[in-house]
Amino acid sequence: MTALPASTNKKLGLVIDLDTCVGCHACVTACKGWNTQNYGAPLSDQDPYGDASGTFLNRIHSYQVEPDQGLAQTIHFPKSCLHCDDAPCVTVCPTGASYKREEDGIVLVNEDACMGCGLCAWACPYGAREVDEAAGIMKKCTLCVDRIYNENLPEEDRVPACVRTCPAGARHFGDLADPDSDVSRLVQARGGVDLMPEQETKPVNKYLPPREKDTLQAPEMSGEEDVLAPFLAPVAEEPKGFLGWLDRTLEKL
Amino acid sequence: MTKLIPNLHPKPGDEIRKTTCYMCACRCGIDVHVKHTDQGDRISYIEGNRDHPVNRGVLCAKGSAGIMQHNAPSRLRAPMKRTGPRGSGQFEEISWDEAYEIAASWLGPIRETAPEKLAFFTGRDQSQSFTSYWAQAFGTPNYAAHGGFCSVNMAAAGIYTMGGAFWEFGQPDWDRTKLFILFGVAEDHDSNPIKMGIGKIKANGARVVGVNPIRSGYNAVADDWFGVTPGTDGLLILSLVHCLLKAGRIDLRYLRDFTDAPVLIDAREGPTKGLPLRDDDGHALVWCRREQRPRCFDAEDVEPDLNGAWEEDGVIHRTVFHALAHKYLDAQYAPEAVADRTGIPASRIRALAAEIARVAFEEAFELPIEWTDFRGRTHATMQGRPVSFHAMRGISAHANGFQTCRALHMLQILIGSVEAPGGFRFKPPYPKPATIHPKPHCKVTPGAPLDGPHLGFVHGPDDLALREDGTPARIDKAFTWENPMSAHGLMHMVISNAHAGDPYEIDTLFLYMANMAWNSSMNTAGTMKMLTDTRPDGEYRIPRIIYSDAYSSEMVAYADLILPDTTYLERHDCISLLDRPICEAEAAADAIRWPVVEPDRDVKGFQTALIELGARLGLPGFVTDDGSPKYRDYADYMVNHERRPGIGPLMGWRGNGEQTGRGDANPNQLDRYIENGGFALAHIPEDAQFMKPWNKAYQDWAVSLGLYDKPAPYLFTLWCEPLRRFQLAAEGHGNRQPPDHLRPRILATFDPLPIWWNPMQDHETEARFTTTALTQRPMAMYHSWGTQNAWLRQIHGRNPLYVPTDIWRREGFADGDWARVTSPHGEITVPVAHMPALNANTVWTWNAIGKRKGAWALHDTAPEARKGFLLNHLIHELLPPREDGMRWSNSDPITGQAAWFDLKVEVKKIAAPADGVSKPQFDRLESPVGKGPGQLEWVVK
Repeated sequence: MTALPASTNKKLGLVIDLDTCVGCHACVTACKGWNTQNYGAPLSDQDPYGDASGTFLNRIHSYQVEPDQGLAQTIHFPKSCLHCDDAPCVTVCPTGASYKREEDGIVLVNEDACMGCGLCAWACPYGAREVDEAAGIMKKCTLCVDRIYNENLPEEDRVPACVRTCPAGARHFGDLADPDSDVSRLVQARGGVDLMPEQETKPVNKYLPPREKDTLQAPEMSGEEDVLAPFLAPVAEEPKGFLGWLDRTLEKL
Repeated sequence: MTKLIPNLHPKPGDEIRKTTCYMCACRCGIDVHVKHTDQGDRISYIEGNRDHPVNRGVLCAKGSAGIMQHNAPSRLRAPMKRTGPRGSGQFEEISWDEAYEIAASWLGPIRETAPEKLAFFTGRDQSQSFTSYWAQAFGTPNYAAHGGFCSVNMAAAGIYTMGGAFWEFGQPDWDRTKLFILFGVAEDHDSNPIKMGIGKIKANGARVVGVNPIRSGYNAVADDWFGVTPGTDGLLILSLVHCLLKAGRIDLRYLRDFTDAPVLIDAREGPTKGLPLRDDDGHALVWCRREQRPRCFDAEDVEPDLNGAWEEDGVIHRTVFHALAHKYLDAQYAPEAVADRTGIPASRIRALAAEIARVAFEEAFELPIEWTDFRGRTHATMQGRPVSFHAMRGISAHANGFQTCRALHMLQILIGSVEAPGGFRFKPPYPKPATIHPKPHCKVTPGAPLDGPHLGFVHGPDDLALREDGTPARIDKAFTWENPMSAHGLMHMVISNAHAGDPYEIDTLFLYMANMAWNSSMNTAGTMKMLTDTRPDGEYRIPRIIYSDAYSSEMVAYADLILPDTTYLERHDCISLLDRPICEAEAAADAIRWPVVEPDRDVKGFQTALIELGARLGLPGFVTDDGSPKYRDYADYMVNHERRPGIGPLMGWRGNGEQTGRGDANPNQLDRYIENGGFALAHIPEDAQFMKPWNKAYQDWAVSLGLYDKPAPYLFTLWCEPLRRFQLAAEGHGNRQPPDHLRPRILATFDPLPIWWNPMQDHETEARFTTTALTQRPMAMYHSWGTQNAWLRQIHGRNPLYVPTDIWRREGFADGDWARVTSPHGEITVPVAHMPALNANTVWTWNAIGKRKGAWALHDTAPEARKGFLLNHLIHELLPPREDGMRWSNSDPITGQAAWFDLKVEVKKIAAPADGVSKPQFDRLESPVGKGPGQLEWVVK
């Protein structure tokens, strides 16, 4: 069993905007590219040119939502480790390989100490950890800990690979312990939520819910378009009347 | 246990090399991190270039997975000649010298006797100004790229209506738009700029509306979704036009000043009826409100009257706008009249029209930028109309696509938003009137070049590509009565026409980067048969096939000679203003690719191979006066070729290195591009950034850059004169006459104002074919040739048929079930999945996921080869037979665009196949490259 820090100085994490995530998977392959090359063992792929199954630290799930009223929707839902304050994956770890950093709250795996038992993956309610079949150890999102402090990268690039690459700007990175940080303000303004709060894991990552959809609805009408006045009030019912309106209007131009 | 301190400061690579992505057609700037290793330079990471005008640092899933494309086991390794029967995949590797000798021995004699016997078609080629130049020098009329089966309707309708279309031609004003309406599938055109734009406008509080039968991708994040019935977009748009006209919610000032709405139409019976009236110099005439007489549209003090009428010799010539108002105010376009067919309730059509009206006119604003128009009038401000639109294949790939695209352009013109701040903005070299584009050329002279460019814009029957006897000059029958305005050619008809010897037999089919033996052809099984079919004497009906590709695609197996291309990181390319540049609304821009690493195989960039072949054939432009090769390779061509004096493929750093656009060749040009990150930018002056077709400052800037040789202002053409000219021919006027069987169709569909008809009616041959079947490429794969990509295929390796709730329930489907899908042409057996966010009578699947066993270095266990499938098997290149037995092309009657999305099917539940494999299946191809490894642990040390 491994202890969590009593508190962390920062809570670095992601804020993911479900209103703008188009499900393009850019974050998935940017993550794969950076993390197979860096932090610990490469992210292996089994049978990559057959019935492939590989290690990914970040995946996008797509859901169909059918509201009681209104049209069905598709929601793209990116998911990676949420760097929980009360991370059950850490406390369950028998070797101490899984740990949460006191300085920034990032949950990491010390690969030298990991024996690949998989208990942490069972403990994680989000399914955010994956055993790497080739290395026999547990892999998970590092929040690109080897980018965000990396003095070999330009300062503006010191963000997770998924955030740097996201074309729609749906991914934001920052300190959620600081109420004045950009990410905290975004969470405040947009009503950001925890994923599965009932699990009491206190995830650091937050999700911004989609805006209300399909609001462009006019009541059924029987030809009385001026219900929508002033936007669609008819100027005339017939072409002749319309051309009369045209002449009058042109006169004023 | 002590905590391991991870290395927090890894270097991504030893060096960054900046080039241009080619994982799709979007052409973003990329930073390629390279490590110097014992095995040479190797690529360790790819990310977006923050300075690049297209992507500004971001990169999509394809771009970030480029490293897996670069190391793909499916890469071809050396030139090959076929050893087994065609279609077997049996080859032997040969030297480049032998490959060139073989190609030259086939092509040389053709050129001397009958150059048209070479059909040279390139697929997703981005070097068309070069490949067409080569084909022109060879002398064959048979050249085109893949636009005819992609989005020619969008491009051509845009150019004929307003001098440009979406994507490469222009973009929404992302900074100012307040309402963005996206019609149909557009996941790749553009890729990153649209994603960036949607993120930006949502942050600005703008509304995003998606009009698409399928709520995925951009439609998933759209604030409002209109799940339109496929093929009825045009009807929906014309109903929006009806609502806006009826409410007077149109920009009369814009229509009066910048469009042909006030142009007078000839009302006299006879060969000019319905054509714009012109003066002796060819200037269109308008009725001047002030002087009460017809005058030139561009006179400095003219006051065009939208409702003008000129009574002359007992007839009354009225304006385009008069005709337009009468047409669209008709009750047939009322929301109630179209609701059932479009699948959108009348109240929602009205709500959308009202929102367009509200944003265009209530949220209008003016930018305090003074500008002068082509009539010499100075305007103190620029009028903003913050409504923008985008569309691509979704509305293009129907047989009514040209008119639907025209309808969409008409809608944005009526509200005055094209080139207005907040609306749609052109990107250089557009805007450009249709009339200054080339016309098609087809005059063949043995041993000599063609008489001009192959492709272009026709303006009437005189411009058709017909031989003296009236038969088609081109193997694809482009620019004929069957599809007169086929600006991009008809690549999808080449194989079937060549097989049939109709209009004539060819000798050599030369293809580049086009998987015609699989997902790029309709009637895939039939196409494979045509490619292998023999004549009674045992010779193949298409005698010789040369193919160039970087990868072991299905098409490779059907060629006799393979010229192996490089990956995009090993090659030179220019993304040129002569062709399809990467400009932005605020700047002209072009870019290069350069070999950031050298190939480790015996392969060459296709363009370099073509230069060598051109020199061996002695083609003009490819040899010097003494017959020696003119260019060393494509890089040499990019720098030293001049299309017109001082105008070359690349605009940046010309002459002494300080000239942009015009200037002599600069031997250091490519180094300067590389230093600058692989691209060049030329900013448009601030007062020239909007209203460009009419803005004197823009016109002058465009001339200075070399985009035009003289200013070319023009009016937007709501009334499409070339369409009317073809109608006049069909009415019996003129010397060039259509065949009688095509007259009714030309009369009905070539309306000079946008119209709608049901494009599916010819496909509904039996009552059971009621459901429309569509495809789309996933964002993470669009144009990425992605199946051999180990990362991308784990994201999109499966393509069930997505079924809406009504059909799901009707058939009693459950998860894991299978269906038989039948069309008038064939049937397939496929797995199904439920998707509620889908038009109630539409099924769809991801396109081009299904693969043939043996291709792409995949193992037989690959889901793409087992459960994957193509809808192509259900689509024929010809329509079902008509009553008279004739079979018409399954394409737009105006442009010939392949009507992929007019497919009507029946979906029936069946027992899951015992082998769990989709049908049809084909014999395994022998792989010339073997199979990929069983495990990857990708890291570059």
